[in-house]
Amino acid sequence: METANSTRWKDRLLLILCILPMVLAMTVKVLTTQEAPLSEGVNISGAQIFFAIDMPLQPLYITSALVNSWCVILTIFFLCLYLTHGIKVIPDSRRQHAAEWIVDTVNKLVRENMGESYMGFAPFIAGILGLSALSSLSSLLGLFPPTSDVNIVLGWAILVFGIITHYKLKGGLWAYIKSFFSPVFVFAPLNIIGELATPISMSFRHYGNIMSGMVISTLISFALRSLSKALLGWLPGILGNIPFLQVGLPAVLSLYLDIFSGCMQAFIFAMLTMMFVATAAPEENV
Amino acid sequence: MLEIAIGIILGCCAIGAGIALIAGVGPGIGEGQAAAKACEAVGRQPESKSAVTSTLILGCALAETTGLYGLIIGILLIFVAPGSFVGILKSAIEWAKNSGML
Repeated sequence: METANSTRWKDRLLLILCILPMVLAMTVKVLTTQEAPLSEGVNISGAQIFFAIDMPLQPLYITSALVNSWCVILTIFFLCLYLTHGIKVIPDSRRQHAAEWIVDTVNKLVRENMGESYMGFAPFIAGILGLSALSSLSSLLGLFPPTSDVNIVLGWAILVFGIITHYKLKGGLWAYIKSFFSPVFVFAPLNIIGELATPISMSFRHYGNIMSGMVISTLISFALRSLSKALLGWLPGILGNIPFLQVGLPAVLSLYLDIFSGCMQAFIFAMLTMMFVATAAPEENV
Repeated sequence: MLEIAIGIILGCCAIGAGIALIAGVGPGIGEGQAAAKACEAVGRQPESKSAVTSTLILGCALAETTGLYGLIIGILLIFVAPGSFVGILKSAIEWAKNSGML
């Protein structure tokens, strides 16, 4: 009886710890945002810079994208602890079923796309999927989505590029250098550009999708506000200032631009990572 | 004189953003062809609809990339470039004045 009680308390504690980072990020946003006057034009800006730390080459800017990214990481950490604490051989709780479903799905995905010898990549792929999807979905809470800052996504893409290069180097340094000069010597610049294009195209695809969604939804909600001001501005008193047309339509758009696009890009980023890594290894190792 | 220069910068940034979005034509044609082929495939083999749909969505999202490059350039030209170009112009004028060229 006592163990069941303590498990329930641990459940609640970990759930609260899951939500806490998000609440923290929202509090930081509310405390640091300056209220823009209503008459001001459409205002689209990048991540807000909180402060800068002096570094030798360039100051390190602590932006809202960075803070939100760490909050998402903490949320995922506590979510994993919540899902997996006190698991049993024969599952009897819903959260253990959910955890097993997640692990099974990612294992299946990795097995289908990379093969049995790469099963060690499953946690990494699951990490990328979860981090990317939750980062994009954090815009639903009104936060600045970390994935709409190119620096964050470029960081992930460079990490993936490092893994790809590591697997290519497994065939030996000489084979790696020689692969740049195939099929003919003249193709070397093209091959090098093609190699460097991998992280850039991966990061720009992800960041471009999320950022363009943010820009489009901002523009549309601004247009609706102006429209309702022009159409309904004659209403007396405070009724004239309420943007009635802004109700509803932005939510429908956000269904595509935030939820579908965000999950889709997370899936594509993970998919491309798997494909690039699986094809990078030299033939005889597979 | 400076006003005219700034006006030219703003106008050229807007024109450049418009030209950059021509990049949207390519993915539009490509995704349309992909969707047409997917319709054909589903019509031929209705039982493989779910596999065709997921492959189509993945392919469409990949084909979008080139269009997104144009979109990013367009957004940068509208929201970022005018300010930085005007800043460059002003600092160049300052530098020219200081070194006695103007």
